[in-house]
Amino acid sequence: MKSESKKKQKVLIADDSEMNRSILADMLGEDFEIIEAVNGKQAVQLLQKYNVEISILLLDIVMPEMDGFEVLALMNQYRWIEDVPVIMISAETSPSYIERAYELGVTDFISRPFDELIVHRRVLNTIMLYAKQKKLVGLVSDQIYEKEKSSNLLVNILSHIVEFRNGESGLHVLHVQTMTEMLLKKLIQMTDQYRLNASDISLIGKASALHDIGKIAIPDEILNKPGRLTKEEFEQMKTHTVVGASMLEALPFHGDEPLVKIAYQICRWHHERYDGKGYPDGLKGEEIPIAAQIVSLADVYDALTSKRVYKDAYSHEKAVQMILNGECGVFSPILLECLQEIGENIQTELQVNSLSQHSQKEMHNVTAEILRHEELAVSERTLRLLEHERIKYQFFASLSQEIQFEYTTQPPMLSVFDWGSHQLGLNEIIMDPEEDESLIAVMGKENLHQLIEKLNGTTQEEPVVQFDCELQINGAFRWSRIISRTMWFGDEEPQCTGAIGKVVDIHEEHLRMIDLQHRASHDLLTGLINHTYAKEYIQQKLRAYPDSNFALVIVDLDHFKQANDNYGHTFGDQVLQYMANKLSHSIRGEDMAARVGGDEFLIFLEYKVDLEAAIQRIFRTLTGEFNGFPISLSMGIAKTEDGEREYEELFHRADQALYAVKRGGRGNYRYYDDSIKDTLSAISSID
Amino acid sequence: MTLQECYEAIGGNYEDVFGRFRKESLIRKFVLKFLNDPSFDALCKGMESKNQEEAFRAAHTIKGVCQNLAFVQLYESSKDLTEQLRPGQDMAQVDGALFERLQEDYRRTTDAIRQLEQEES
Repeated sequence: MKSESKKKQKVLIADDSEMNRSILADMLGEDFEIIEAVNGKQAVQLLQKYNVEISILLLDIVMPEMDGFEVLALMNQYRWIEDVPVIMISAETSPSYIERAYELGVTDFISRPFDELIVHRRVLNTIMLYAKQKKLVGLVSDQIYEKEKSSNLLVNILSHIVEFRNGESGLHVLHVQTMTEMLLKKLIQMTDQYRLNASDISLIGKASALHDIGKIAIPDEILNKPGRLTKEEFEQMKTHTVVGASMLEALPFHGDEPLVKIAYQICRWHHERYDGKGYPDGLKGEEIPIAAQIVSLADVYDALTSKRVYKDAYSHEKAVQMILNGECGVFSPILLECLQEIGENIQTELQVNSLSQHSQKEMHNVTAEILRHEELAVSERTLRLLEHERIKYQFFASLSQEIQFEYTTQPPMLSVFDWGSHQLGLNEIIMDPEEDESLIAVMGKENLHQLIEKLNGTTQEEPVVQFDCELQINGAFRWSRIISRTMWFGDEEPQCTGAIGKVVDIHEEHLRMIDLQHRASHDLLTGLINHTYAKEYIQQKLRAYPDSNFALVIVDLDHFKQANDNYGHTFGDQVLQYMANKLSHSIRGEDMAARVGGDEFLIFLEYKVDLEAAIQRIFRTLTGEFNGFPISLSMGIAKTEDGEREYEELFHRADQALYAVKRGGRGNYRYYDDSIKDTLSAISSID
Repeated sequence: MTLQECYEAIGGNYEDVFGRFRKESLIRKFVLKFLNDPSFDALCKGMESKNQEEAFRAAHTIKGVCQNLAFVQLYESSKDLTEQLRPGQDMAQVDGALFERLQEDYRRTTDAIRQLEQEES
């Protein structure tokens, strides 16, 4: 394998004109690996197969089977468009076409006539652009987004627990956070003494949500007391700072995380005063960490402007005035300046920040790109792993020579992987398989229907079905076993998104089974049914048709022992085979003949009126000679008409009738009647 | 007959195609390949069986290929026919003379290319 050829990026060209494809292929061929699709369906299939391995798709619009717009729609549905850039190569130039194409996510156009330089350059540029973007997305989504998301989540949960107990709306945490960030942004514009960067701001903002977690340890009566707190109560209330800080300090993990460190500062010191008269430690001036200073100001501001059990909401102006007057604590002059600077903006910002918008803003902060990928935040690495798995799977599949398929419900599409589709003579992609003529020809409408029924009956817990049927493979019908597993997506209410499966050839196995069944139920020498099976058959018939008349006949070959003794066992066997053959031909199709053992045969037949004629015919046909050996026989007959419908008893009666014939000189037949009721059995005393 | 002469004979623009393909061998390859393009047959079949969709697609393909190869004259006639066959138009209203013109242009184009092919071998 040449590593050179492996490195070439794949370009998929979808155009129904062979000329156009090969012109493009010639223009690009030296630097890229070209894959061609003759229509939209094939393009979709190849996209599904190669996925992100395809660096770019050159797509025509007017194509048979599935046109370019439909391909784009599917690419959007499956989000392939995010990873595989598309350049339109249609001769269509009307603005409505172009606009629609751009809306569906097309990156660029190459107009006719093709110019080698332009084609080359545009393909290369687009690939490069996407590659860079993919790399960025991979980096960001892997390293930042996941981390941000999980820590955000935890912070939100913790802070909301406090809020719930506090009887607050849940907005307080949010407001404090928003305002903390606003103050910080203003602060770094005014001074660089705190050496804060954008990520510090984001971190402090997040940590601010935890400022009151210590309140979890404060009793309800104090926390939600409408009136003024007593001195003791106030002292207890004040402990929420130290309690919160020690909760964070006591965290078994993550104690070294910057978020936790900052949250510690905020929890412990957000009630300190710049003049040193705050609590719990009485820190003074810049001894108070800037994070705690800021959150303290934000906390006070939001408390003033919000309605509480003990007071109404103050206006923005009034609140700022109160803070500046030192009525609600003492803050650093520069922070007060910041507060005044941001002024009116606070109100609008706080109002805009509803809960959902807030989380959206967070996302934008990380990167706008991720918003597009929020559900499928898969990195390049993940895709490479998937690709690796796919190659591995395909390799083993090709070795196993199995027919494999995949079905998706949206759109209803069956893909039969290359080797299999060849075997079955099917297209690799079949849209609406339930109605597809070629598929119906291969497996039959009824089978297809039954398989679909079975699949519809699966659940996420029991997704696997097995279905045996005959399939037309390479022109011949072969017994096959379809093993399929439905695919489910989603945790809460899982949706069936399709199924995967394979077809195993069980033809030989199945034939062996049939053969075994045949062997088990038939006599090897004569090919007639054996006694055990005959008994089952007769019992079943008697039960199924209680109003019909049946006769059970036991046929015994007279002097058979002589044939064996005089001519040898081989000859004896031939006589038996001859008899069996004659017997099968002397009865009607619906009658049954069996070999009971030795030289005894059994016939079971239904009759309407004239049983005697049938018996005579059988008796005459069987009597004769075989290669010089005279064939004479005795028959005993029992009828259900006499009132007996149990197999055992019917057999016994026929046996007794046979005994009577033998005793009477053989070469005859007789019906059972009560006169021979107590005679012996013939079967147990054959000559 | 040279490739340039062939382009002259069929009302094509050799300079244009050379400007874009940049290699005579490449142009020659596709010009000769044009003889095997099934679109014209598909167009005739579509016109005959009144299958508008097929006829439109075929005319559209001819148009695109001619544009690429700078077969100006055949491009013009296929372009006009394509517009008249576009989905939404009534096929019964298609100007018969237009299709004849395209057939004539196609014949002239393929005749010249065949001559080119013969002289080459």
